[in-house]
Amino acid sequence: MTATQDRPAAEIGRDRRRKEDQRLITGRTRWTDNITLPGMLHLAMVRSPFAHADITSIDVSEAEAAPNVVAVLTGKDFGEELGVCINAWPITPDQKTPTHSPMPADRVAFAGEVVAVVVARSAAEARDAAELVDVDYAERPAVLGIKNALEDSILAHPDLGTNKSALWVFDSAEAGTGGDVEAAIEQARTDGILIEREYRQQRLIPAFMEPRSVVVDPTGEQITMWTATQVPHIVRFALAATTGVPESKIRVIAPDVGGGFGGKLQTTPEEWITWAVARRLGKPAKYTETRSESLMAGHHGRDQVQTLTLAADRDGNVTGFKVHLDADLGAYVALVGGGVPVLGAFMFNAIYKFPSYRFECQTVLTNSTWTDAYRGAGRPEATYAVERMMDELAAEVGVDPLEIRERNWITHEEFPFTTVAGLEYDSGNYEAATARAREVFGYDALRAEQRERRERGDRVQLGIGVSTFTEMCGLAPSRVLGSLDYGAGGWEHASVRMTPLGKVEVVTGTSAHGQGHETAFSQIVADLLGVPFEDVEVLHGDTQVAPKGLDTYGSRSLVVGGEALVRAADKVVEKAKVLAAHLLEASADDLEYAGGRFTVRGTDQGLAIQELATATFAGHNYPDGMELSLDADATYDPVNFNYPHGTHLCAMEVDTETGAVRMRKYTCCDDIGVIINPLIVAGQVHGGLVQGIAQALWEEAVHDESGTLVSGSFVDYLLPTSADTISFDVVHTDQPSVCTTNTLGTKGVGEAGTIASTPAVVNAVVDAVRHLGVDDIQMPCTPERVWRAIHAHDGDAPTPEAAMPHFDEGAPNQDEGAGQ
Amino acid sequence: MTRIELTVDGDRVSDDVEPRMLLVQYLREKLGKTGTVIGCDTSNCGACTVHLDGRSVKSCNVLAVQANGRTVTTIEGLAATAEGDLHPVQESFRECHGLQCGFCTPGMIMQAVDLLAEKPSPTEEEVRLGMEGNLCRCTGYHNIVKSVLHAASSTSGGEQA
Repeated sequence: MTATQDRPAAEIGRDRRRKEDQRLITGRTRWTDNITLPGMLHLAMVRSPFAHADITSIDVSEAEAAPNVVAVLTGKDFGEELGVCINAWPITPDQKTPTHSPMPADRVAFAGEVVAVVVARSAAEARDAAELVDVDYAERPAVLGIKNALEDSILAHPDLGTNKSALWVFDSAEAGTGGDVEAAIEQARTDGILIEREYRQQRLIPAFMEPRSVVVDPTGEQITMWTATQVPHIVRFALAATTGVPESKIRVIAPDVGGGFGGKLQTTPEEWITWAVARRLGKPAKYTETRSESLMAGHHGRDQVQTLTLAADRDGNVTGFKVHLDADLGAYVALVGGGVPVLGAFMFNAIYKFPSYRFECQTVLTNSTWTDAYRGAGRPEATYAVERMMDELAAEVGVDPLEIRERNWITHEEFPFTTVAGLEYDSGNYEAATARAREVFGYDALRAEQRERRERGDRVQLGIGVSTFTEMCGLAPSRVLGSLDYGAGGWEHASVRMTPLGKVEVVTGTSAHGQGHETAFSQIVADLLGVPFEDVEVLHGDTQVAPKGLDTYGSRSLVVGGEALVRAADKVVEKAKVLAAHLLEASADDLEYAGGRFTVRGTDQGLAIQELATATFAGHNYPDGMELSLDADATYDPVNFNYPHGTHLCAMEVDTETGAVRMRKYTCCDDIGVIINPLIVAGQVHGGLVQGIAQALWEEAVHDESGTLVSGSFVDYLLPTSADTISFDVVHTDQPSVCTTNTLGTKGVGEAGTIASTPAVVNAVVDAVRHLGVDDIQMPCTPERVWRAIHAHDGDAPTPEAAMPHFDEGAPNQDEGAGQ
Repeated sequence: MTRIELTVDGDRVSDDVEPRMLLVQYLREKLGKTGTVIGCDTSNCGACTVHLDGRSVKSCNVLAVQANGRTVTTIEGLAATAEGDLHPVQESFRECHGLQCGFCTPGMIMQAVDLLAEKPSPTEEEVRLGMEGNLCRCTGYHNIVKSVLHAASSTSGGEQA
């Protein structure tokens, strides 16, 4: 250690390559499924093939007799120690919430629900024996689909008496944040423009690449659970709250976690069952799901019917927006459950100055896979609805979609701006983001090409889609969550520890699973403390290492967790200053701290923070009254959400003969405040874009009429590949709108791409064929749906005469010359 | 049980395996080569891609007994096949931020190495088609494609596995 530490180059804003990558590119990884413990037992689940049935009997004798089977357990074999799966957000006081046992003993409510668990010495033997468990079911009628559920003629849970779980309402007139939407609608009906639409948010599957896996080791004073989760702290809390084991006896570790996207923001039946089995048998136990199980029983996302009414004057100035959602919860109210669509409540007004607004959300229970958060969680649905409606309004008024947005958006001079939904947007510049996106995209040239192709009657038509989005992220101010009846807060915790040799350990309560926290947080701490980037170690994802935290979701880790880090690092500097003053025999008021060094103003005397760390470790010389530590903790509770925004522009080509669509160009200009690492930000945007594009074009989870998931493998659930996608233009404004409610000035970016891209793509597809009389195409915009939309107005005439025959009846089914 | 002998990442190994055991299960469960992972059960995702006698295979689609007498290279042994600490394709994935959670990455890298052995200077289109059998949920493929193109341009004629 020297006394001449150079100040490292500023780290914030630098495109640092990731610290995480060395392990990941060489296969030195610790996924939960990689963990093997001595004597470990393996679990296989027996799952219901029926969507709704009574379990009349379960015969486990044959399975129990199979080689190396240790136990076969059913719901009846467990008592309260099995716990329950919790709903943390009852959206109304009278919400109907069916009890969700991890393994019901009497009745199953969706196909894929666990009815028995086989425990064996190997995973293969467990799975073999699971085939031998003989379950008798008495099938009940299943209710599937939102509209059927609303009729209440078949009930997902007969005991509840209804499928309607909760109705949540926000009304700007009642809340005092705006006018009366019904009055605006009446006015528009007589003297303006009224646009009424019903949009479908199809059901999606998060489809993280690492299947969920859980290992529980009960041999030790603490019972340890390794689990592929986004939320180790919430898992620990819920285990303690529902299984009777004190928190201090539970250690939850999220080791390397292979993606989540909201899909691992859950407390799962499989975790609870593995926990109960390991405790029962006193042996380590592991369960790793197959991909089919993951798609069938891991929670799904979206699944809403949106009934929308937009009122405007004749010039396209919006006067009111009324939103009614019907949202499918699936068979149970999941951890966030109905809170997901409710998160959208504040975002349907988006970047616009709507004078009146009403939002209603009716959640319903069905006999299908449960639903919960999926990337964006409520905000993609809201953004889709409003951005599709703004395009419809533009078409009605007869102006460019960007023009109609400009007439309605909040101008940059108007921030901070309190919206009709009651949020205060602190900063933003929609004009600048739009101007930059327009320029990079080549908007005018593409519009000219579109006109040219239309005039020429080209078979392949070009469409341009716009999405000017904002979102609320950084979940969340705890008092706001409390006012919404959420069961927890939204604060985050961090510790900064100086090691004796002058390295820095950072502990964060967030739990990364691909986001690059180790790199970005190291950059922040390196700048704050003036230490080398390489000397910072970020520790997370283990409740014994990071005892406090609320984990990673809702684009919160940097904007909430990063801010906790800033506060902890500031405290370290304050503490070190006292020691520096003592050792330098100077007044603390005369010290300056820069580049990791305290210097006495006007002298060349100084001490590096690393030297002070060593001096603290030794403890040989320190002032009276000083606590002998430089380490510091901080808990940060945000005062507001933050509001990144951006303008996304998409060009789609649509083959009017086949309905096939092809993405030509995609440009986005996101304003996310201060950027810590542009490389990581671009990666977040790229990945987010493709998930949103995939909703627009490819993905849909489909249950058949009996409630079987028919898109239950990667053969059937269309995850996009590299061949389906293109390279994107990702840019930012020159002068970002810095977040004013945190010291780093950052805004969230993890979900932005997904939130913005879906309506941009669908707007582009519709725009390509709007001149053919099309004003909507249901997602995913498959070639069939696009073709049908194009031909809906020409009598849907089949074209048998024009089509080549596949074969002539009676003729051999081969070419005449074949075989010659 | 069937006796198999093969070379994995440069080491000669020999085991009795069930005839139904998949190569990926053998690598993970018998050899502890957990760098190679399982992402699906329908051979769609490619996360388990390894090299069998120098060509990429999805190791969930190969029986362990089929690897008898042959040479397997996994992500854990890849660096040793090239000069330097890392294979150039590994280096490229880090350089171009071609990974986020990293779960698909071993398969992506092994497939990219094979692709570049066949097509040392691919176009973007050829990379996109050549990597089509490997799924990623984090990156949107943008930086994976960039990583492969970067590896192609930074090595002379592509690296052999």
